[in-house]
Amino acid sequence: MTWFLDHLAQVGGLLVTHAYLAVVPLVVGLALAVPLGWLATRFPRLYTPLITASGLLYTIPSLALFVLMPLVLGLGILNPLNVIVALTLYTVALLVRTVADGLSSVPEQVRQAATAMGIGPVRRFVTVELPLAVPVIAAGLRVAAVSNVSIVSVAALIGIAQLGSLFTDGFARDFLDPIVVGIVACIVLALILDLAIVALARAVTPWLRGGRAG
Amino acid sequence: MIRFSDVRKTYPDGTVAVDGLTLEAPTGQITVLVGPSGCGKTTSLRMINKMIEPTSGSITVDGRDISGMNADELRRGMGYVIQSGGLFPHRTVLDNIATVPLLLGVPKTQARASAMELLERMGLSTSLAKRYPNQLSGGQQQRVGVARALAADPPIMLMDEPFSAVDPQVREQLQDEFLRLQGELGKTIVFVTHDIDEAVKLGDQVAVLRVGGTLAQLASPERLLADPADDFVADFLGRDRGYRGLAFAPGGSVPIGTEPTVVLGTSSDAARSVASGAAWLLIVDEAGAPVGWVEPARLGARVERSDLHRGGTVARASGSLRAALDAALSAPSRRGVLTDDAGRLIGTVSAHDVLAAIEGAGGSADGTPASSNGDGAP
Repeated sequence: MTWFLDHLAQVGGLLVTHAYLAVVPLVVGLALAVPLGWLATRFPRLYTPLITASGLLYTIPSLALFVLMPLVLGLGILNPLNVIVALTLYTVALLVRTVADGLSSVPEQVRQAATAMGIGPVRRFVTVELPLAVPVIAAGLRVAAVSNVSIVSVAALIGIAQLGSLFTDGFARDFLDPIVVGIVACIVLALILDLAIVALARAVTPWLRGGRAG
Repeated sequence: MIRFSDVRKTYPDGTVAVDGLTLEAPTGQITVLVGPSGCGKTTSLRMINKMIEPTSGSITVDGRDISGMNADELRRGMGYVIQSGGLFPHRTVLDNIATVPLLLGVPKTQARASAMELLERMGLSTSLAKRYPNQLSGGQQQRVGVARALAADPPIMLMDEPFSAVDPQVREQLQDEFLRLQGELGKTIVFVTHDIDEAVKLGDQVAVLRVGGTLAQLASPERLLADPADDFVADFLGRDRGYRGLAFAPGGSVPIGTEPTVVLGTSSDAARSVASGAAWLLIVDEAGAPVGWVEPARLGARVERSDLHRGGTVARASGSLRAALDAALSAPSRRGVLTDDAGRLIGTVSAHDVLAAIEGAGGSADGTPASSNGDGAP
């Protein structure tokens, strides 16, 4: 506890970096997964290849991907962009299926009613299908957020400072305090992100609240 | 007017959904497409708004071939109602109704104001405006679905089994409201159902389709009941066709007899003297509306509600022969109770008199086949 209080500023700084490295890929990954998920539902032939490819992507070990990224992107090994790109790939891998499933969960009758009312495909996607897919997409987003928070810490091994650095530090010095603080901080961050997503999803789905009539 | 000319729809797997359909849906009338599942009725309906493209043949709306028209623009000019309304779960009732006007560029405040009017017109409380569809009952959802289809005041309405997801009582109510509304609006309506009773009740003309998508018969409901084109149509129409056909015969020609009555609460001595020996006596309320029959011989001190026999149906004098006959057959006295449109007693009719009226009307109306080939496709 004293260690934590002595290093408050340092831990705070690492937490902010950690959050940044976890959230940016989450947002970018979602932005990429939405069109990919749409393709997977719009063209059923693409569904299996897209879902399989994204599933395989997620099985690449994170450490390997972090080491590989500077070579692929041609960036310096300490550039945080490597981590962001790698995590974006993981996020996309998790969310393509979620988005596709969310879009498929839109009732066929609603889709057809929209079409029959003269709502063109693009407008229909934005104003009808995507809003109705929010609950399913939000569930996937929560998994991706927690997963990102956990995977970011691995980047400490390639020298990108964030909460994971507390683990390597504690391990190197055979000193438990930073490790415990790092774990607690990760859990707190994951909880905050999770709650934020739940609150956001709730705010944009007012129709899911309130009682049902018989 | 919507016209199908030799329209055919085949799918890549060889299924023929619609085969050589030629049909006209006249302006301002209800054309019902009815048939068993697999008869292509929904496919035919969806070809009108280009949700499905015909394989061959043409469809014209007011003389214009729709194949060259922009699908979204065409659809915005056609109201569309499906089972359970197909409402947008994420939009309020008001915004659901305002969908098409907003697409057409009507300002938001104006679109919402007219949506509010439509809500009332459909018999829905304006307090529902801010609710979401899942907070409504099935019947309310269906009404909102109809309101949404009417919002942009399209000349054409396409309705795909709109009332089949609600319970029978609500369905009948929705059908009656629908007919009343159509009486005011005079839309050109194509209505799909698998329920022949609904078809006969709602249609100005009924097209019976058979599996494989061919037209078995196109006729007015009374014509259909009186003269089915073949065994398939006859089977599909089912039993009691003669009796059901009476629903289209006006009951005005039946002689109405005066009926002695007493008011509820009258002493049984007074009731017995009015009945003067008859086995059944008709009881009315203060307003003169019939409430039921009693057996004067079995009364207590007064005529109580608990004495009433409620088996008899009540027919309006302005109604059909079917209603009059049913009133006569269902009354314990065998005298059918007729009322005016306000529900006040006019008198009673006997089944015998109704039958005499049926026989009298038989020669002139559609009740008997005039010729053997008076029907079928034009």
